[in-house]
Amino acid sequence: MDVEVALHVNGTPQRLTVDTRTSLLDLLRERLGITGPKKGCDHGQCGACTVLLDGRRVNACLALAVAHDGGNVITIEGLAENGDLHPLQNAFVEADALQCGYCTPGQICSAVAVLDEAAAGVPSYVTPPGASTVSLSDEEIRERLSGNLCRCGAYVNIVRAVRSVAP
Amino acid sequence: MNPFRYERARDAAEASVLLGKTPAAMLLGGGTNLVDLMRLRVAKPEALIDVSRATSDRVELLPGGGLRLGAGMRNTDAAADKTLRARYPVLSQALLSGASGQIRNLATVAGNLLQRTRCVYFQDVSKPCNKREPASGCPAREGYHRNLSILGASDACIATHPSDMAVALMALDARVRIIGAGGERLVPLAELYRLPGDEPQRDTTLQHGDVITHVEIPPLEFAKRSRYRKVRDRASFAFALVSVAGALDIRDGMVRDVRLALGGVAHMPWRARIAEEALRGRPAREDTFREAAAAELRAAQPLRDNAFKVPLAQRSIVRTLLELSAEP
Ligand SMILES: Cc1cc2nc3c(=O)[nH]c(=O)nc-3n(C[C@H](O)[C@H](O)[C@H](O)COP(=O)(O)OP(=O)(O)OC[C@H]3O[C@@H](n4cnc5c(N)ncnc54)[C@H](O)[C@@H]3O)c2cc1C
Ligand code: FES
Ligand code: FES
Repeated sequence: MDVEVALHVNGTPQRLTVDTRTSLLDLLRERLGITGPKKGCDHGQCGACTVLLDGRRVNACLALAVAHDGGNVITIEGLAENGDLHPLQNAFVEADALQCGYCTPGQICSAVAVLDEAAAGVPSYVTPPGASTVSLSDEEIRERLSGNLCRCGAYVNIVRAVRSVAP
Repeated sequence: MNPFRYERARDAAEASVLLGKTPAAMLLGGGTNLVDLMRLRVAKPEALIDVSRATSDRVELLPGGGLRLGAGMRNTDAAADKTLRARYPVLSQALLSGASGQIRNLATVAGNLLQRTRCVYFQDVSKPCNKREPASGCPAREGYHRNLSILGASDACIATHPSDMAVALMALDARVRIIGAGGERLVPLAELYRLPGDEPQRDTTLQHGDVITHVEIPPLEFAKRSRYRKVRDRASFAFALVSVAGALDIRDGMVRDVRLALGGVAHMPWRARIAEEALRGRPAREDTFREAAAAELRAAQPLRDNAFKVPLAQRSIVRTLLELSAEP
């Protein structure tokens, strides 16, 4: 069943008619040709599809496009500003934090949100109970990025990249 | 995925009416479980009624000292709420132990409570499953069951309830506020969930047309000393094999009061009332903790590949109580 959906994607307003079954991921990839977000599993298990939706990281494969009508979406394609890569994108290059690169757009979008969450004092499972601030130790980074799998096992350098940007 | 109609409810009462009009309609929260089950063709709703913005998304103080969470509150926000973290650390920890940062940003409080079992046969429509298709059989007893029940199972079903948050809420005597065809009601979590018996298709006692609007947690002074311990196959982003939600009140070396619930062991979050009884009024020492844990697990009926959960649950209870008794 068709519905009309309006979204801001990487700063550009988009208005599309989609089937109610369309996930945000399929809308981005199949309808808008934005293929940074990857379909690793389509079940929320790998994080390759991670995008920022209204400023928060989500699995685009589990989000129905129709349920997020009016939303503001940023994908890996929308992180650079005026041609300059986002500091995390540079950090991934510097730290050699990838091998095949399939998980990388999701890792980076996820890490961008992790920096914001930590700055806002949002706890994780390894944050000491009662702590009102969060400092991004390796343990915190690993826990917070556990929703992003890397089949190439580039984890060591992914943590290094994120730590290099963390305050 | 089967085609479906999408409607957005303005409030819970409207959602209930909309459900009443379509027998095959389902409510949509964050969709992190339901969309997956629709994709797997386990769920085939004709219509989705989106309630993710139709119910409160905040924590409110209740008169008398309790808290209530809006059903539409995202798991991330509930876990980060300062009052909730200070009064019920076990609940914040349980939420944070579940799923991933991305999923918790989408997942709602009500959706978390009503997520379905992760039994592999339930999720695979090419296999029989009494929960998915009543009277079709249960391959899990003979097949893959290392993640399934050791307590309260039936011949028909050995599924476990996967929610971490629900285990903490069970220990805290939480209740859910529901709007349904007959008006509004409050149901204790212990009566919301059920054991499978010969109707494993029913996870809960909810009726079609019921919409959860809030979760209410009564005041529990000593819950500021509470914690959630989760044991799983990997360090993060995995469902519990066994988990323990505990709160402990010690005076002069004696257990004055205690709350304990187990996850990963039964069709519902398992309130460990036998262990609680065995602890009250006894010395807060490891030998007492061991006896209490053993007493709770005495009724366990493990299967070929999940017998490890019996000692694991006992040790997890003991460890949780030891850690709680060492807290300042
Ligand atoms: C890869 C992965 C790993 C996970 N790991 C964990 C884990 O370790 N621990 C854990 O606890 N969970 C885990 N989860 C599950 C996750 O917590 C749930 O999917 C989530 O909490 C469901 O919330 P939702 O709002 O997305 O629900 P939905 O998927 O939208 O809905 C779930 C059910 O709730 C019903 N519902 C929704 N709102 C209401 C309402 N207001 N009233 C009545 N019924 C309602 C829906 O009809 C549906 O039946 C995991 C999920 C995934 C995909
Ligand atoms: S494709 Fe979305 S989590 Fe794997
Ligand atoms: S770099 Fe290959 S999956 Fe991560």
